[in-house]
Amino acid sequence: MGDILGLVAKRLGLGLIILLVISVIIFFMVELLPGDIAQAVLGQGATPENLAALRKEMGLDQPAVVRYLGWLKGAVVFDFGNSIVTGASVSETIGERFANTLFLATYAAVIAVPVSIVLGVLVALLRNSIFDRVANVATLTSISSPEFFLGYILILYFAVNWGMFPAIASLRADMSFVDLLHRTFLPALTLVLVVTAHMMRMTRAAIINLLASPYIEMARLKGTPPWKVIVRHALPNAWAPIINVVALNLAYLITGVVLVEVVFVYPGIGQALVDAVSKRDFPVVQACCLIFAATFILLNLAADVGAILTNPRLRHPK
Amino acid sequence: MTKKKEVLLKIRDLKIQGYSDETWIDIIKGVDLTLHRGEVMGLIGESGAGKSTIGAACMGYARDGTRISEGSIEFDGMELTTASESERRALRGSRIAYVAQSAAASFNPAHKIIDQHTEAPLQYRLKKRLEAQEDAMDLYERLRLPNPQEIGFRYPHQVSGGQLQRAMTAMAMACRPDLIIFDEPTTALDVTTQIEVLAAIRDIVEQFNTAAIYITHDLAVVAQMADTIKVLLKGEEVEEASTKEMLDNPKEDYTKSLWAVRSFESPQRYRPKDGVPLISVRNVDAAYTGGEKVLDDVSFDIYEGMTVAVVGESGSGKSTTARVITGLLPPMKGEVLFKGKPFPASYRDRTKDQLRQCQMIYQMADTALNPKVRISEIIGRPAAFYSGLKGVALKNRVDELLDLIELEPSQYYNRYPPELSGGQKQRIGIARALAAEPTFIVCDEVTSALDQLVAEGILRLLDRLQNEMNLAYMFITHDLATVRSIADEVVVMQHGKVVEQGPKDEMFKPPHHPYTDLLLSSVPEMDPNWLTTLLEERGVDNVGDAASARIDPNDPKVTGANA
Repeated sequence: MGDILGLVAKRLGLGLIILLVISVIIFFMVELLPGDIAQAVLGQGATPENLAALRKEMGLDQPAVVRYLGWLKGAVVFDFGNSIVTGASVSETIGERFANTLFLATYAAVIAVPVSIVLGVLVALLRNSIFDRVANVATLTSISSPEFFLGYILILYFAVNWGMFPAIASLRADMSFVDLLHRTFLPALTLVLVVTAHMMRMTRAAIINLLASPYIEMARLKGTPPWKVIVRHALPNAWAPIINVVALNLAYLITGVVLVEVVFVYPGIGQALVDAVSKRDFPVVQACCLIFAATFILLNLAADVGAILTNPRLRHPK
Repeated sequence: MTKKKEVLLKIRDLKIQGYSDETWIDIIKGVDLTLHRGEVMGLIGESGAGKSTIGAACMGYARDGTRISEGSIEFDGMELTTASESERRALRGSRIAYVAQSAAASFNPAHKIIDQHTEAPLQYRLKKRLEAQEDAMDLYERLRLPNPQEIGFRYPHQVSGGQLQRAMTAMAMACRPDLIIFDEPTTALDVTTQIEVLAAIRDIVEQFNTAAIYITHDLAVVAQMADTIKVLLKGEEVEEASTKEMLDNPKEDYTKSLWAVRSFESPQRYRPKDGVPLISVRNVDAAYTGGEKVLDDVSFDIYEGMTVAVVGESGSGKSTTARVITGLLPPMKGEVLFKGKPFPASYRDRTKDQLRQCQMIYQMADTALNPKVRISEIIGRPAAFYSGLKGVALKNRVDELLDLIELEPSQYYNRYPPELSGGQKQRIGIARALAAEPTFIVCDEVTSALDQLVAEGILRLLDRLQNEMNLAYMFITHDLATVRSIADEVVVMQHGKVVEQGPKDEMFKPPHHPYTDLLLSSVPEMDPNWLTTLLEERGVDNVGDAASARIDPNDPKVTGANA
């Protein structure tokens, strides 16, 4: 086990370095954007004196490196400065948004991951049957349709025609958990439809890839029933690629959901990012980008660790 | 077995088809087989003879891409070809069991050995889990596995190949089947390990009076194991007879040719009295990144135009030595001399001319040739790279090389590797090595993946090329028959050390280092009583790993060998 902890520590260290590099890129890319922040804040009518004063107040007269280090120092303790537009603390503004996004992502993942793995196992077991084809076509259709389109279709049927779920997923602080689940069901379902195909197809492919292995033939020749051959003999060896795809899709659930949030008017971080970009609210943009990067890195790290933990050769060294 | 013979398995006019190039073609063309209770039948033949396909068919099983098209398979009165899939499945593991070629690949890496062992008895509700585990331990003990109480609770990768193969035999015994199919169970093992597995299999099959079909391409092995032998060729039976009669008096020409295979022997050459060795390995220690030392003070010389066979079991450091010589693995200590001058340790630091001197031919021609590249380019590339040939000159050179390896240039020039047979691919590998115009070629197990007749063709070709071009070979092999036919000198390696070296004629005459003795005496012989005699002489607990462990490192012959 010591080896595995060492490996995890190494990966974590590597992740931190990558995050640092990304923070540099994010900070200086925003620097490179055309236009002047002070001008943007004060508008066209601002006098040069006012502009200079604001620049000084915002620290824009300092060299970029100094500003970067100051920003980084804050970012380490989740202090991303204040929004240029509203003046409120960035962490507070997007903290709540991020929590909402995490909630929606978790909601979708809790449904999508088990469903796609079970479906993947089933289509692997019944490969080339009608069920396999239908499942493949259905999930492929859902992944190839734009997510806003899926969202509107769901709204049309579930909200407008049948009235089962609300079309707008706005949140209130005093909602009960069940209420919350009910209210956010449609955006969650949209996300489920978007991510299921990828995970299911990878599960199917990873399992079928193993079916030519000698140990699978051995299991068959021991009289093991087909479902057990898949579940007991193939699946445990297929986890590594499945986990990797699951991690990628989870990352997508957090970072790629802007359109779904817009369709359902859901107060998530994606909307916050889009707003911030259009209003040139750079501290918010930077914070969002850094959070997205950290999400990707953490999830990929988790996938690596998961792949290691499911590999008996690494779990039980000689 | 002179008891009343009850027929257990009766196969009549079996035809099996395989799907290739979008049509079904016959791969088994009407084979009959009758097996009685407690009888062991050997199925032998070269690759493509259909041995394994018949073996699987005995279980009513057709591998993916094959189908049983005609004939009948009757197991203990039950017709398998018309039985339902669940009826057939109910026989597998319980009444008919299977032992695969590579236990390392056939045990599921994700589960403990004993959990895989008890799967069938639990599935068939023959035993409770604890009973099944106890029975497994009992079988492990009967098969003389070390720590029978504990070994089952390990994962497959934690157990050695020979032990795994015995564990797999134990697993086949779990439900006390009437019939076991052994599909080349010792082919992937070293000779010393092979003996212990053979002894264990034979013993347990006798103990439980289990009938068996023993599939192998190794005649000497089948002679030890089988009561009767059936010879197959391209999906058809050649002949069948009792083991003794088959060995003493084979009727068909094909069978005779199989028996005669080991006849090729190249005349032995001797070192020049004075002269500088072409390649000289001096006190080399080597290790892979972060790993333990795999070579420990390895020294030997290879003279121009001579063949040095490096023998030893897997893991003894033979291939690592080759990697050091070719510069793929720079040594930790020691050096490699070429004609007396130091060779740069890494291939990156070698000049083009130094690189051309050392070429390699690989064991698996299948994986060593890029399947998407034409033969003309595979051979042409080194010729262009080392000799700067272009256009017509390059084409002529490739034709010349194809002529050398006895393949008609016009026929093979534009083909791709997958269109060739195993032996032809290996010839392309040889031509590619020759294209560089080397003085020295490392042949890494070049014949071990080939059938005996094909392998002999390759050996003859290598020998002829050596005579024509004065090539030196380092011949890595674990097959002592190959050593006998082609080597001039022999280097024996064990655990990364050279334990003994010398001219071939001396190496095959006693006295020897005890490890060399063990290696030599472990090679199966055609005599059907060979295994019995050997076990009587040595004792059942003194074969294989146990015997190598018993070699006393302070034995004067051991310490004297390197002096």
